[in-house]
Amino acid sequence: MNIGQTDFYTQAILSLAALVGLTSFLMLGQSRLLRLIFVFALQGFLLTLTTSLAAYSLGNPHLYISAALTLLLKVIFIPWMLRREVLQMNIHRDIQTLKNKTMIMLGGASLMVFSYYVLHPIVQNTAPVMLNALAVSLSVVLLGMLLMISHRQAVAHVVGFMSIENGLFFAAIVATKGMPMVVELGIAFDVLVAAVLFGIFFLHIRSSIDSLDVDLLNRLNEIEK
Amino acid sequence: MIAAYFVLLIPFAGIIFFAIADSRSDMGRINVYFNAVCLLATLWLAVNVVNHGTILSANKAYIVDPFNVYLIVLTAFVGLTTSIFSAPYMAHENEIGKLTAGRLKLYYTMYQGFMLAMYLVLTTNNLGIMWVAMEGATLATVLLVSLYRTPESIEAAWKYFILCGVGIAQALFGTILLYYAAMQIGDGSNALLWSVLYENATKLNPEILEIAFVFMLIGYGTKIGLVPLHNWLPDAHSEGPTPMSAVLSGLLLNDALYAVVRNKMLVDGTTHSNIAGYLMMGFGLLSFLVGALFLHRQKDIKRLFSYSSIEHMGMMTFAFGIGGSLATYAALLHMTVHSLTKSAIFVTVGHAAQIAGTQRIEKIRGLIRTQPQVGWGLLIGTLAIAGFPPFGVFTSEFLVLLATMHSYPWLAPLVLLGIGIAFAGLFRHIQPIVYGEKPEGQLPVKANLWPVIIHLGLVLWLGLSIPGFLAHWFSQATVLISGSTPL
Repeated sequence: MNIGQTDFYTQAILSLAALVGLTSFLMLGQSRLLRLIFVFALQGFLLTLTTSLAAYSLGNPHLYISAALTLLLKVIFIPWMLRREVLQMNIHRDIQTLKNKTMIMLGGASLMVFSYYVLHPIVQNTAPVMLNALAVSLSVVLLGMLLMISHRQAVAHVVGFMSIENGLFFAAIVATKGMPMVVELGIAFDVLVAAVLFGIFFLHIRSSIDSLDVDLLNRLNEIEK
Repeated sequence: MIAAYFVLLIPFAGIIFFAIADSRSDMGRINVYFNAVCLLATLWLAVNVVNHGTILSANKAYIVDPFNVYLIVLTAFVGLTTSIFSAPYMAHENEIGKLTAGRLKLYYTMYQGFMLAMYLVLTTNNLGIMWVAMEGATLATVLLVSLYRTPESIEAAWKYFILCGVGIAQALFGTILLYYAAMQIGDGSNALLWSVLYENATKLNPEILEIAFVFMLIGYGTKIGLVPLHNWLPDAHSEGPTPMSAVLSGLLLNDALYAVVRNKMLVDGTTHSNIAGYLMMGFGLLSFLVGALFLHRQKDIKRLFSYSSIEHMGMMTFAFGIGGSLATYAALLHMTVHSLTKSAIFVTVGHAAQIAGTQRIEKIRGLIRTQPQVGWGLLIGTLAIAGFPPFGVFTSEFLVLLATMHSYPWLAPLVLLGIGIAFAGLFRHIQPIVYGEKPEGQLPVKANLWPVIIHLGLVLWLGLSIPGFLAHWFSQATVLISGSTPL
């Protein structure tokens, strides 16, 4: 594919895909919670940009609503909630030591390669830009999982969870020009409820184990202690 | 079609009612009324479907065909009987101070919310909405798992939330891929409607659909509790209130499997290979065997039966995977009898735990001597779920075995072995529980065992003779899924 021959929209989508992928890697290597939340908000903002761009160039007004929802939920509400939580718990100065940071980054890179490999059969029928977009979204999903595995703080888990949601949303916008409106509203509703529930959970976890470190949630096990 | 709207509107009204109304002592009874009215609406819907065949709403948003209508009725039925059990049970929990009135209100609101999500999963024709409703079911139940606010229950709820949330995200990716495949053959607005996709299945791109199905199986499979994605299930079942365990085991798992089977129907129509079937067989058999083995080392009675749920869900997934009319028929029957038996068992287990004051298996003893109804209920329920004749589970497991011998004879020993292991695993724990010596000062509790009697009676009936209309019903669903008539 010669990048110069594609139109502006395709080029912009490709750059945004690359940036979204990059933010996922940034989150993966982040050991400070506040910065992690900031990068997450940045990813949400990139998503808003992508959606508005798609709405503008495809002339699809309902995508503007999705863009506004993304902006409200993923850039403002959820980061605000998480930030408040971190400041309240006074854990923003803690630096989490990530074990095997190099291995995690290498793992992340292999996940990206794996995403391209999995989705390769699709390229036979469609434009190569689709492969890039879908593979980046799948790798954002997988990197979100890796983030949850490698970080031990409940806040980081929520960021990972929501970043998975971001990856899916990116796929929906780029590959299919957005899902039908009713589905998209439903998904946004689910995300909102999930965010509120997470807020409630922080409260419960804090009052029961006095910390947001999920390593302490280890009572239920098949092995008797 | 109006009946379908009623089925959705009644639990919706229930949510609003419980959310707005003040806490009061008769909330349990009102919950029963809501579920009872809903069951009537589903029966009305079922009569419509039996008389007129598949019903598609005017804007194609809802579809009710022989496959999902029986699940809708089953959902309403188990929802009703569980609510009958839950009213005195939750009142007792409130009395002994485990729950406050406010949490009781939350419980009933979410009970209706869960029922609404289940009906929406079953009736919707839009695969995107199906995903949204499935996620909605998680969100509705997650606060119920942590209802007691003990550290264990919060941990279980967190695990449930994170694992199911991440798992089901995979299903959304699968749905997006499916939508992407559908966009290439038609316009976007109808491209997620199952009925439209099913008609045009042959035109869809098989490669994309295969990838999409893998993601959907993993996503919804997390909710079915397929090994190795099952970790949340025993925790959520054991730490939540018992009526919740009954509906999670009896309904949620079934409906997640329903979502997988719906998608499998699309993929089968497109690929003409049995790739989806092989995947389901593999995951199903693995869950079946692992679930059976794990039964042996359980210390908590509710965990014990949640592993039994994993085992049975594995068997159904396996049977749907084999495909063909006999296996599909067996799987549909197994879904019904498992739901009925498992929710009955959880009801008795709830009473048993209240009698003993604990869920630890080694502390629950002498049930028959303390309260014979509960003891016998648990024993008969366990016999039924272990696949003893003449109960319905025996019939369906036998049919699955028959289908396995017919299509994949070399897998039949594994299935038999699994049934044997599961049987031993259940009985080594249940035998001392019901027959053991009664501990000093153990007293009977107030128990309403009508749900158990009705459920086990139905399972027995299904085992002895499947009534004609039901057999006809199952056959119609089988034809729809597998394309040929059974037997």
